[in-house]
Formats: sequence, C-alpha cells, structure tokens
Amino acid sequence: MKPVAFDYCRPDTVEETTALLHEYGHDASVLAGGMSLGPMLNMRLVRPSVIVDINRITELEQVGLTNGLVQTGSTVRQADVMDDSELLNQVPLLKLALPFVGHFQTRNRGTLGGSVGHADPSAEIPLCLATLGGEVELASRRGKRLVRASEFFLGVLTTTRRAGELITSLYWPQHTDSTYYAFDEVAQRHGDFAIAAAACAVTLDEQKRINKISLGFGGVEDKPVLASLTAFVGAEPTCSLASEIAFTATKDLNPMEDATAGAAYRTSLATTLGRRVLQKAITEAGGR
Amino acid sequence: MLRLDGSQKHRIELTVNGKQHSGEAPPRLLLCDFLRHELGLYGTHVGCEHGVCGACTILMNGRAVRSCTQYAVQADGQEIQTVEGLNNGDTLTDLQDAFRQRHALQCGFCTPGILMSVTHFLNCTTNPSEIDIRDMLSGHICRCTGYDSIVKAILDVAETRAIEAKNQQDK
Repeated sequence: MKPVAFDYCRPDTVEETTALLHEYGHDASVLAGGMSLGPMLNMRLVRPSVIVDINRITELEQVGLTNGLVQTGSTVRQADVMDDSELLNQVPLLKLALPFVGHFQTRNRGTLGGSVGHADPSAEIPLCLATLGGEVELASRRGKRLVRASEFFLGVLTTTRRAGELITSLYWPQHTDSTYYAFDEVAQRHGDFAIAAAACAVTLDEQKRINKISLGFGGVEDKPVLASLTAFVGAEPTCSLASEIAFTATKDLNPMEDATAGAAYRTSLATTLGRRVLQKAITEAGGR
Repeated sequence: MLRLDGSQKHRIELTVNGKQHSGEAPPRLLLCDFLRHELGLYGTHVGCEHGVCGACTILMNGRAVRSCTQYAVQADGQEIQTVEGLNNGDTLTDLQDAFRQRHALQCGFCTPGILMSVTHFLNCTTNPSEIDIRDMLSGHICRCTGYDSIVKAILDVAETRAIEAKNQQDK
C-alpha cells in the first residue's frame, strides 16, 4: 500500500500555509501527525494532489492560558500533553481520555488538532472538546474565526472547516473548582476505535447541587453528541440520578450500525457508559 | 518554505544511528521504505503499512514512532535510530539479551519495532508495572509469543536497570 504521487509543501508559518491552502483549495490535504491521514493516503482512500506538512510551524506548537481558556496549538502532540501536568490540571478531562487515544507509539506523533480536524466519530479528543464546550480556531487568508466544537463537527470526517482554512488552535475551558470529570469507552481492543465512548463534566454549586452538567457520547452517532440536560440543573447529585440521566440522554440517540456493532448495542453501551461516567464524577464530588 | 514536485526525486539528508546519511526520494516514499531500499537498513520491518501493527517502529529524535505513516521527505534533517543502531553488531544490548533469555521472539518479524518502542519506553518510564508494559505493547502485534515472554523480558530489564541506578546512587 503506497500513496499516489503528491506534491509536498512544508510551510514555515501559518501565513504561508493559508496562502498555500488558498492556492490549492480542495486539492490540498493538511498533514499534522499523520496518524489518520497517513493510513488513508497509503490505502488510497484519499488522493490529494498536494500535501501541506505543518509539522515544522513552531507557532502551532504553543500552549497558553488566557481569559479562562486553555489554548493548545494544533500540532501539540498527544504524548506531550500527557507529560504536561500543568496543562492536564487545567483540562483534567484530557488526562482521563488521552490514554484511550491510539497507542504509546501513535500518541508520540499524533496531534490534538489533527484528531479534531480528521473528525472520526469515535475519536476521543473531539468528544472531550465538545463535552467541555471548547472552540476551534480556524485561520484563512481572510483572517481567523472561532467555531464552537458543538457546531464544528458535521458528520463522519466532515467539519465546518472550509477549503483554504487551517485549524490553528483549540480552546479548552479552564478547570474550575467543584467540577468533576470522567471518561470511559468500550473498544474491541485497547487503543482501537471506540464502539462507544462517554465523557462528562459535572459542576456543583455551593449547596452541592448540580450547577452545570455536560454529558457527551462518541462513536455512537456520526459525530460527538451532547445530551440536553438542563432539566437536571439544581438536582442533588446521586448515583440513582446518574442512571436516570444516562437513560434520558440516550433514549433518542440515532446510532450508526457497522460490522462491529448494531444500533441497539451501541445505544445500550452509551446508556451504560453514560451511567458509569456520571456515577464516577458524582462519587468524586462526594455524592452517593 | 519547501515545495517539492511529486513526480521527482529529492535529496534527503538525515542522521541514522549516529551517522550522516543521504538518499533520494519522491514525496510519496514512505520513511520505512526509504530506510530499507535507499539506505539498505533492512532491520526496520514493514507490516500493515497503516500504523497498526508496529513492526516499522523507529526512534525519531528519541521518540518511538511509526515509519510507515510518514514520508522520507519529512525526515530530512532529523535524527533517527533503527534496530541496527541498538549495538555495534557483535554484542547484544541488555534488552536484546533479555529477549533472548526469555524467548520473547519466535519468527522475529515484530521484534525490531518492539525493541525500538521499549527503548523509548524505558527511557521515559522508571519502574514500569506489568500494566504499563502491556499498555505500551498494545501498539504492537506479535502472532508468535502471546506477549507473556515479551512482558517478562521487559520487566527483567526494568528491574536490572533500577538496581543498577540505585547502586550508582549509593556510590
């Protein structure tokens, strides 16, 4: 399996990259870590005429904190995030989810932005970004724009990124005290594509009642799904409530079907994983 | 900015196992194929060619990565280590010797990739548990051993190195 011939460009700056992407439009593919694009090229599932390699753009490797948002440049490697305890303290959900992303060897190369841009429905990083209410920063020749993660993913390998645009950063809401997180997934083998994954963030108010709650599912529908849970704000966090929330959150899912799992099984997994992550977060929060 | 024509070969210079190497590659040439066919380093094996089996794992700038899902042109100017670089050819490293002692290989197809992964893994993980080791090994497929002997070999090396490091400290 070898890719078809492609021209190769290695820009040094974001400005050069957006100029290239403007020039080539849909004919260009952006290459970050290559853990998804590489296999697709090798299997000839994609045949771009130009590869734009963004691995040597130092401005895309930056990590920062501004106005309660943690900014991660799009080519920050997954392994580097796992080694960055300061960053993990600001975005604890990533600490829980990253061990599920591929393997030691692929995380050494794979990037946060690449996973988001690739938009595999079962991918953990897009699910975390959507669950936390994060944003994706896109740059083009015309300037930059921010898109909410919940609006960024449109379907399987499809996002609102337009031809000519480059993902430059991801923005993650900074951790606040009294927010508790959990992540879990089921895959055939650790590191494989998740059949279903669940992530949650539960924030309590001063009375130890639910102030904010977010529950997301990956691998179930064609993009990360966020449950609508406003009805549970103000409720006392208990483990039996977790079951009720998980049931409510998954009863209207419209799951994908494939050779690995049917729709009913995916829904059942989502309900179970939803309950597990909520119970874990609630237990950590001191609920019963 | 670098721009390369897809239909032509381009000169690539890189460090492999401490030595300066150069060769020619069109942009679509996989790094693993460049190492094997352009530089003649056949120790790096090519299995699935989509990043799953781990046979092609090498060290790039000290990190274990797949060489089948990146291209030779990307490695220009980088520092690479392959299984040939683990020793000078006559003696086995402690890791290779542990693999021999524990019978951690049979056909040997997956072994070079695993050795490179473990080299990086043990450099960044002191006192790994069996769970840590199995998690790291999940990035490799071995159809001969059932993994148990590989895990034992790695545990042996980790323990020996921990003892040596402690002795060094006590001195």
